Amino acid sequence: MEQAPLDPERQLQPAPIEPLGLPDSGLEAAVGEEAEGARDAGSGVDTMTENNFGLKKIEISVSEAEKRTGRNAMNMQETYTAYLIETRSVEHTDGQSVLTDSLWRRYSEFELLRNYLLVYYPHVVVPPLPEKRAEFVWHKLSADNMDPDFVERRRIGLENFLLRIASHPILCRDKIFYLFLTQEGNWKETVNETGFQLKADSRLKALNATFRVKNPDKRFTELKHYSDELQSVISHLLRVRARVADRLYGVYKVHGNYGRVFSEWSAIEKEMGDGLQSAGHHMDVYASSIDDILEDEEHYADQLKEYLFYAEALRAVCRKHELMQYDLEMAAQDLASKKQQCEELATGTVRTFSLKGMTTKLFGQETPEQREARIKVLEEQINEGEQQLKSKNLEGREFVKNAWADIERFKEQKNRDLKEALISYAVMQISMCKKGIQVWTNAKECFSKM
Amino acid sequence: MEGERPASPARSSGLPAGGADGESPGGGAPFPGSSGSSAPPQGEVLDLDEDEDDLEVFSKDASLMDMNSFSPMMPTSPLSMINQIKFEDEPDLKDLFITVDEPESHVTTIETFITYRIITKTSRGEFDSSEFEVRRRYQDFLWLKGKLEETHPTLIIPPLPEKFIVKGMVERFNDDFIETRRKALQKFLNRIADHPTLTFNEDFKVFLTAQASELSSHKKQGPGLLSRMGQTVRAVASSMRGVKNRPEEFMEMNNFIEIFSQKINLIDKISQRIYKEEREYLDEMKEYGPIYILWSAPEEDLVDTLKDVASCIDKCCKATEKRMSGLSEALLPVVHEYMLYSEILMGVMKRRDQIQAELDSKVEALTYKKADTDLLTEEIGKLEDKVECANNALKADWERWKQNMQNDIKSAFTDMAEENIHYYEQCLATWESFLTSQTDLHLEEDSEDKP
Repeated sequence: MEQAPLDPERQLQPAPIEPLGLPDSGLEAAVGEEAEGARDAGSGVDTMTENNFGLKKIEISVSEAEKRTGRNAMNMQETYTAYLIETRSVEHTDGQSVLTDSLWRRYSEFELLRNYLLVYYPHVVVPPLPEKRAEFVWHKLSADNMDPDFVERRRIGLENFLLRIASHPILCRDKIFYLFLTQEGNWKETVNETGFQLKADSRLKALNATFRVKNPDKRFTELKHYSDELQSVISHLLRVRARVADRLYGVYKVHGNYGRVFSEWSAIEKEMGDGLQSAGHHMDVYASSIDDILEDEEHYADQLKEYLFYAEALRAVCRKHELMQYDLEMAAQDLASKKQQCEELATGTVRTFSLKGMTTKLFGQETPEQREARIKVLEEQINEGEQQLKSKNLEGREFVKNAWADIERFKEQKNRDLKEALISYAVMQISMCKKGIQVWTNAKECFSKM
Repeated sequence: MEGERPASPARSSGLPAGGADGESPGGGAPFPGSSGSSAPPQGEVLDLDEDEDDLEVFSKDASLMDMNSFSPMMPTSPLSMINQIKFEDEPDLKDLFITVDEPESHVTTIETFITYRIITKTSRGEFDSSEFEVRRRYQDFLWLKGKLEETHPTLIIPPLPEKFIVKGMVERFNDDFIETRRKALQKFLNRIADHPTLTFNEDFKVFLTAQASELSSHKKQGPGLLSRMGQTVRAVASSMRGVKNRPEEFMEMNNFIEIFSQKINLIDKISQRIYKEEREYLDEMKEYGPIYILWSAPEEDLVDTLKDVASCIDKCCKATEKRMSGLSEALLPVVHEYMLYSEILMGVMKRRDQIQAELDSKVEALTYKKADTDLLTEEIGKLEDKVECANNALKADWERWKQNMQNDIKSAFTDMAEENIHYYEQCLATWESFLTSQTDLHLEEDSEDKP
C-alpha cells in the first residue's frame, strides 16, 4: 500500500495554513512558499501570514452554482449542478487579489478528488464532503437536491471542503488537488491515470470486514469507539434538532393567524379597533421572523454535520491501521510457520501435519536431495519473509506515527470548531430572544392601548 | 381544529399569592361603569379582620381591582376581596363574594357526578347570615341559568362551561377538565354577583344559600312543565316569523354580534392551537437537552461547554412551561368564555326579537281585525311596555357587556404579551450568561495560543 506523498510529482510548492471555522465565501487559505521547516504534521495550526517569509496567499472560493444539462455515460439526458471555483492569489504587498484560475466542477468531481486523497493519504483524516442528499430535514425544508436553499448550502459546504484541504499541512501540497483547482479539462483523466483505484484496498471499503487483529494499537481502538459514539450522538442530535425546529416553526406560524383575525375584528370595534389592528401587525411580524431564525440554525446543523462525516474519516484511518496490523500479523504468522516447517525438515521430526508428510508416508520417503532442495526454498522464503516483516513493521510504525500526528491535529481543530459552533448557536438563540422581546413589547403596547 | 383542554395546575381557592407575582394584568384598566377612577390609596390599614395575617399579601396592587372581570390573577378568596374593596372609592361596593372549590365525586347506583362546594360571604341584609356553604352539581347551575334567562330574557346571562367536550376526552371527569370547569363555574357565579340586576335575583339567592332539600322543593315551584313547553313552542313559532322591524340600533348590535362571534371563535381555536404547539415544542426540547449531556461523555475538552448548553436548554424548557401555564391561566379561559358569550348574545338577540314579534303579530292582527279589537288594543298596550322594557334592559346590559369585554380582552392579551416577554427575557439571560462564561474561558485559552 502506498504511503504518504513523498512523491515529488504530486507535491505542490506552497504549503498552507490556518484552518478555518466555517467559511463565508472568500475565506482565505494562506498559502506559504515555505515548505517543511515550519510545520510538522502535528502542529498543523499556526504560521502563515508571516510576512517575513514573503508568503503568497491564495484564496479559494466556490462562488456560484449553476444548473446544467448534459449527457451522462449512458448517453441519457441529466440535470446537474455545476459549481464555479475561483482561485485568487493575493499579493502580500498591496493586499490586492488577482484571479488566477476559475473553472466549473460538479459534485462527482469533488467525490473523485476525495476518493483519490483517501487512497494516497490513508494516514490523514481527510475532510468530508457535504452530504450528497439532504438528510435530517425538518419539514419545511426541501429534501430535493435541486432546491435552491440546498444548493446554496452545498456550495458553502464544498467551499469549506476545499479550504480544509488547502489548510492541511500535507494535503495542500498534492498535485492532483492543485490541478483540481487549475486544470478544467482532462482533470478526470489525469486522476484516473494515477491508477489510484487499483491501489485502493477493497477490504477497506468492505464495511463488514472484520480483521481479527490480535495486537492493535490501543489508541486506534479507542479512537474507533470514539468515532462511533460521535457519529451516533451527532445523528441523534441532528434528528431531534430537526423536530424541535419543526415545532418551533409551528408555534410561530400559528400566531400569524391572530394577525388576520384581529384585523377583521378591528373593523367592528370603535375603541379597540386601532389597538387590535396594530397588535395584529406585530403578530404577523412575529410569525414571519421564524424563517430567518431557522435558516440561521441550519448553518449550525451543517457545522455539526461536517463532524458527523468526519467521524467516517476517522474510522477510515483506524481501519487502515487495523488492516496493516492484520497484514503484519498474518505475515508474522506465515513466517513462523515456514520456520517451523524448515526446522522439521532439517531435524526430520514431523510435528505438524502436512500434505507432504502424508504423501511421504504413503508414497515413500523423499530423497535427501529433494529434502535439501525444499529446505533451500524455505530458507529463501524465510529470508524474504523476514525482510518483508521488517519493512511491514517499519511501515506500520511510520503509519502509526504519522496518523497519530494528524489525529492530534484533527482533535484540536475539532475542539475549536465545535466550541465555536456551540457559541454561535448561543448567539443565534440570543438573537431570537431579542427579536421576541421586541415584538411582544410592541404587541403589549398595542394591547394596552385597546 | 379542536384543541385539547389546556392543562391547568391545581388552583386552590384558598389564599393564592395573587399580587405577589408582581405582574399586573392590563395595568390601568378603567373600571367599568366608573368614570376616571383614581388609583386607590396604597397600604391602608384594614379595620376588618385585623387578625388575618395574610392581609399583607393582598394589600397592594390596585390594578387587581378590576371588579367586573374576574381576572385569574385576582385573589379569589372572599375574605381577601373584602379587604381589597375597602381601598376602592367605588360607589357600588361589592358585598357578595363567592368561591367554588372542592370538587367531590359522588357515586350512586344510577350515576356518578361531581359536586362543588360553594362558599358565599356577604354583608347584605336580605341574607340571613353572613356566610353560607352549600354543595351544587352542574345540573343545579344549569337550572339557575335557565331561571335567570326566563326571568330576564333580554339580559346577558353569563355562560356556563360546556356540558362535555366532544373530542379528546377519555374519561368524563379527568382532573384538568374538572379544574377548568370549577374555575368557569366560579366565574359564572361571580359575574352574576357583579351584575347590577341579576345579583338581586331570588333564584340566585336560593342557589347560593339553600340546602339540598330546600333547593329541590324550590325548583319545583314556578311554571310547570307544560306551560314551559308552551312558552318554548310560542317562542319557536314567533322566531320563525322572522324579524321585520328590528330597530336600527339592534341591527347594528346584531351585526356586531355576528362578526364578533366569528372572530372570537377563531381566536379561541387559534389560542388553543398555540397551546398545543407549545406543548409539542416543549416535549421535543425535553429530549433535546439530554443529548448534549450524552455527547459530553466522550469529549474531554468540550465537556463543560456541552453540559452548559444542556443546562441552558433545560432552563429554557422551564421558561416554556411557565409561558404555557400563563397562557392557560390568563388567556385561554377568557377567550373561551367570550366565545361562549357570543352564543349567548345571539340567544339574547333572538329573545328580544321574539318579544317584538309578539307585539308585531298582535298589531298585525289588529290591522286585519282578526280578533276582538278592544282586547287586542289592551294586549298591544301591555306588549308595547314589554318591548320597551326588554329593549332598554338589553341596551343597558349591552353597553356594560361591551365595556367588560373590552377590559377583559385587553387584560388577557396584555397578560399574554407580558408572559411572552418574560419568557424571552429568561431565555435571553440564560444564553447570555452561557456566552459570557464561554468567552471568559476562551480568553483564558487564547492567551496561551496564538492570537
